[in-house]
Amino acid sequence: MRYLCLIYEDEKWWEKATPADMEKGMADYTAFTDSIKQKGNYIGGEALQPTKTATSVRVRNGKVSTTDGPYVETKEQLGGYYLIKANDLNEAVQVASRIPGAQHGTVEVRPVMEFEQP
Amino acid sequence: MLATLIRLLGDFDLAEEALQDAFAAAVEQWPIEGTPSNPRAWLISTGRFKAIDRLRRRRREVHEEIELPVETPEDPHDVVDDRLRLIFTCCHPSLNPDAQVGMTLREVCGLTTEQVAAAFLTTAPTLAQRIVRAKAKIRDARIPYEVPSRADLPERLATVLHVIYLVFNQGYLARPDLAVEAIRLGRLLVELLPEPEAIGLLALMLLHDARRATRTTPAGELIPLEEQDRTKWNRAQIKEGVELVEQVFAARRVGPYQLQGAIAAVHAEAPSSDKTDWSEIVGLYDVLLRIDPSPVIELNRAAAIAMRDGPEHGLALIDMILTRGDLLHYSLAHAARADLLRRLGRKADATAAYRRTLELSVEEPARLFIERRLRELA
Repeated sequence: MRYLCLIYEDEKWWEKATPADMEKGMADYTAFTDSIKQKGNYIGGEALQPTKTATSVRVRNGKVSTTDGPYVETKEQLGGYYLIKANDLNEAVQVASRIPGAQHGTVEVRPVMEFEQP
Repeated sequence: MLATLIRLLGDFDLAEEALQDAFAAAVEQWPIEGTPSNPRAWLISTGRFKAIDRLRRRRREVHEEIELPVETPEDPHDVVDDRLRLIFTCCHPSLNPDAQVGMTLREVCGLTTEQVAAAFLTTAPTLAQRIVRAKAKIRDARIPYEVPSRADLPERLATVLHVIYLVFNQGYLARPDLAVEAIRLGRLLVELLPEPEAIGLLALMLLHDARRATRTTPAGELIPLEEQDRTKWNRAQIKEGVELVEQVFAARRVGPYQLQGAIAAVHAEAPSSDKTDWSEIVGLYDVLLRIDPSPVIELNRAAAIAMRDGPEHGLALIDMILTRGDLLHYSLAHAARADLLRRLGRKADATAAYRRTLELSVEEPARLFIERRLRELA
């Protein structure tokens, strides 16, 4: 079964981080990614640029409207994700709990909706 | 049996329907063909076949492929494990807390949704909806039907114990049937998984429940511990609770429930409030505060200090907690403060503190008791 792990962190943390903190943060993520690749849980994952680069797009009555920034203001923002393979939710939670961002932010674990092949 | 069918079929609702079908079949067949030599195995195997029939019928209706559960022979060890699996699945921390309690009481204890809803002051449709959502989450997010691994056990067991203690506390004053149900659950858990904290919780519940008959007057007014008729405490239950505490302390893996059980044991064995070993109780609260710090535990420790060293010492500690901004809306903090002021002879302050208590939410027995105190102070 596939699960998407959405990593919500206070992006200001990265803004305020010293070069040493930054390097440590990157190293932690690299180590984590390598470990889940080895265990066969990894399908994909990316880090995202901060929310100030985000654009919200909506289509209403056929008209496209684009607005600056994220849809709602929150204390933690979506900063990246992993798409993983796991036997069940317990295994998925175990993987998610080792994502470095879980130490100070929140990781939301969502099972992927599987559609039958036609 | 339900627990086993859930494992075999991997679906709560299907298992419930299957068990009903199996019982219906038994009512028809047993009087004619005689009771089978192993009724339990017969019911499970019949239930499994009935479930497969239901799945086949559903498949024909929707023209879809449905995976049929594979045949698994029944292993007697699995029966014990199945009940444990069921408890851990119902109390999975990723489920809504109300649904955890509701599902445990329904699936493990066999209470109806209506009974659970009445006990927790909610409506049956609301609770039923939470349970439906929880069951859907178990299926869709694939919450496994298993006893957690050693590494996950402490955290997962904590959720199970919390659910059981919640059921017990809900029954403590108003619903003795729920307290009995919680103790039954506690016993089952200890039988299946004799972890120190599970034993500690069972001891704690047995010791508290042993005082049930003496906690309120016939008119429903709360009787404080020091005024309870100790000859009416349930001695057999106290003996069992105390033995459990002694046994579990020997294992030297102390936790919060064991410590609270030990405190309850000291109270239960004391011939009167005056002759209670308050130093021992303060010492146990000291350890409890170290491993599980909380303002409520601090409050209880303050009350024990008041008994050991005098009301003014306890009062200073309670005032410190309140000044810090903790427990300001916790009625028991104000009730404890009022009691100490009363003991110190500060009638006006005590009256004000009791009045403040009544402004907060208090259970009916406590309200009647405080009103009596206010009359005495007037």
